[in-house]
Amino acid sequence: MLSVKNLFVKVEDKEILKGINLEVKAGEVHAIMGPNGSGKSTLANVIAGKEGYEVTGGEVTLNGTDLLDMNPEERAREGVFLAFQYPVEIPGVSNATFLKTALNEIRKHKGQDELDALNFLKYMKEKMRVVGIDEKLINRPVNQGFSGGEKKRNEIFQLQMLQPTLAVLDETDSGLDIDALKIVSAGVNSFRSKTNAVIVVTHYQRLLNYIVPDYVHVLVNGKIVKSGGKELALELEEKGYDWISNPKGEAVAV
Amino acid sequence: MDNTTIKEHYITEFRKAEENMNGEASTAFHLIRKNAIAKFDELGFPTAKNEDWRFTNVSPLFKFDFKKGNTVKLNNSDIEKYLINGLNENIIVFINGIYSVELSSIKKQDNGIVIDSLKNVLNTKPELVQNYIGKFAEIDNGFTALNTAFASEGIVIIIPDNLQVKGHIHLLYITGEEGKHVISQPRNLIVTGKNCRVNIIESYHSRTNEANLVNAVSEVVVGENSFVEIYRLQQENESSFHINRTQSILAASSTYTHYSVTLGGAIVRNDTNIKLNAENCTGNLYGLYLTEGSQHVDNHTLIDHAKPRCQSNEMYKGVLNDNSRGVFNGKVFVREDAQKTNAYQSNKAILLTSTAIIDTKPQLEIYADDVKCSHGAAIGQLDNEAVFYLRSRGIDEELARKVLIRAFANDIFETIANDIFHEHLNNLVFEKLK
Repeated sequence: MLSVKNLFVKVEDKEILKGINLEVKAGEVHAIMGPNGSGKSTLANVIAGKEGYEVTGGEVTLNGTDLLDMNPEERAREGVFLAFQYPVEIPGVSNATFLKTALNEIRKHKGQDELDALNFLKYMKEKMRVVGIDEKLINRPVNQGFSGGEKKRNEIFQLQMLQPTLAVLDETDSGLDIDALKIVSAGVNSFRSKTNAVIVVTHYQRLLNYIVPDYVHVLVNGKIVKSGGKELALELEEKGYDWISNPKGEAVAV
Repeated sequence: MDNTTIKEHYITEFRKAEENMNGEASTAFHLIRKNAIAKFDELGFPTAKNEDWRFTNVSPLFKFDFKKGNTVKLNNSDIEKYLINGLNENIIVFINGIYSVELSSIKKQDNGIVIDSLKNVLNTKPELVQNYIGKFAEIDNGFTALNTAFASEGIVIIIPDNLQVKGHIHLLYITGEEGKHVISQPRNLIVTGKNCRVNIIESYHSRTNEANLVNAVSEVVVGENSFVEIYRLQQENESSFHINRTQSILAASSTYTHYSVTLGGAIVRNDTNIKLNAENCTGNLYGLYLTEGSQHVDNHTLIDHAKPRCQSNEMYKGVLNDNSRGVFNGKVFVREDAQKTNAYQSNKAILLTSTAIIDTKPQLEIYADDVKCSHGAAIGQLDNEAVFYLRSRGIDEELARKVLIRAFANDIFETIANDIFHEHLNNLVFEKLK
């Protein structure tokens, strides 16, 4: 599935990622945790192909295909999906039209027939039930006037609609209350399968109670400093990130 | 040719035309023309020194030797591409400014409704237009003067009290003649009585690739409690010029809605003015322009609130690509008498390149104290975050940009009540963005 090898990334001359290695196999969920500014979102954005990041070394491949060589839309068609930390509001474009266009672009790429209006509607209704998203949000402009929770739910709805091979969730838990967190997590869990993979980028352990990872990686200052099973997340919750960034165990004032 | 030489040229043309007139030179209507040519002599063509023309340099026009065009033989199949399916109940075609009886088709109307060419009306019943033409479109620049001086052809629509034109009237102005730069100066008059209704589409097209000049003036008189809607589409080739003045005056409780859509033309200047001249009327001015290459589109609007309890809504949106340039100047006058006015103005533009330019100037002059007026101008770029968001879902960059541009124009689309025109405009916008 996804293979990140020795990845170095700069943003405006500042080195953010300093040699990331990550192997994600089909069927797995990986959590990337780390303090603010450690490079978590950079990693997510570089995988999705956002501009403004300069890859100075290393490689990122999806099932053997070089992602770094592709533009964002090609990556999406190859099966990469980024759930945004801050979903963008797009006035004037309805959610439904947006998703129909996106879905059909991806289907075309895969050599499948485009869905007509009726079949699209049927498919969309089915996915709406899975995520429990309100019909009125579907007909509104993309994310416009949505609450924080609605925006995140809309991201997961898109995930369900587009059925990517690799889903990268960037701080999907931020700004969610516990009920919204449960709904969003349920949407992600029902997406999980043996043929796809999920990377959960998060600051807090809380989300991982609901989306249970197979592996947890701790990113500090642009490097993965520790990897482990789901217990690692609990340990982090208890001891804080200093425990890892300061391995000698010296207490650091908060 | 410079401004003065070109001015002399048109004055000479006027004298020549006058010599060839028989009885017409002594008609009351010709007096309007004579006054106009005198005014033209005085005013000349506007220059950048004129505040209203500061951002629009018309001197590129003077490089061409424009000549009056001839009727070109066209078939119905030639004009089909300009028609809008579903809005073609009445079609009136002008080729190089000359009314084409063969290509026009007007349904039988209720008794008293006049839909005819100005030329025919001047020949048969000049008294129908005598009291209107030139009464509203005040001659304050050389172009309006020139149009008035040469006024001889255009559309006349007169609707007596309590009648309506069913369906739509599509006015098609097709300009161009091989190997020639054509000047055409349509002069239109639309007058309604009380409780009337009429929906008009005005579309301007080029037949050839040559640079042509359309200098059009329309006067619209909306009667009490009447409803008039005009969709104006400027779709000429990118070397042609279009100077348009549309002057409307509203009587009590009437509603007038004007759409100005500019997609073509090298230099386009529109003066779209309305006067809310009695209580409780509503004036809506909507505009959408999409420019590329080195196109220059200037929209000047004036909304004159002369009487109390009227409302006006104005929204203009522009999308400028390449080295194109846009100008928006929106004046709103609220006169001392016009209490309880409700005036809303907004103009927004997005610049797709760093070389595109927009000069925008909202101008509110309010002399009444109990009024609600708002205006806003915004200039921006396409939101890169939004482009990335769409691309990250598999939509290619070009389509993503188109979708966002169309979304930017959506506020205008939302005001269009007519579904067929809505769809037509949508197609035109996507085609232009290709």
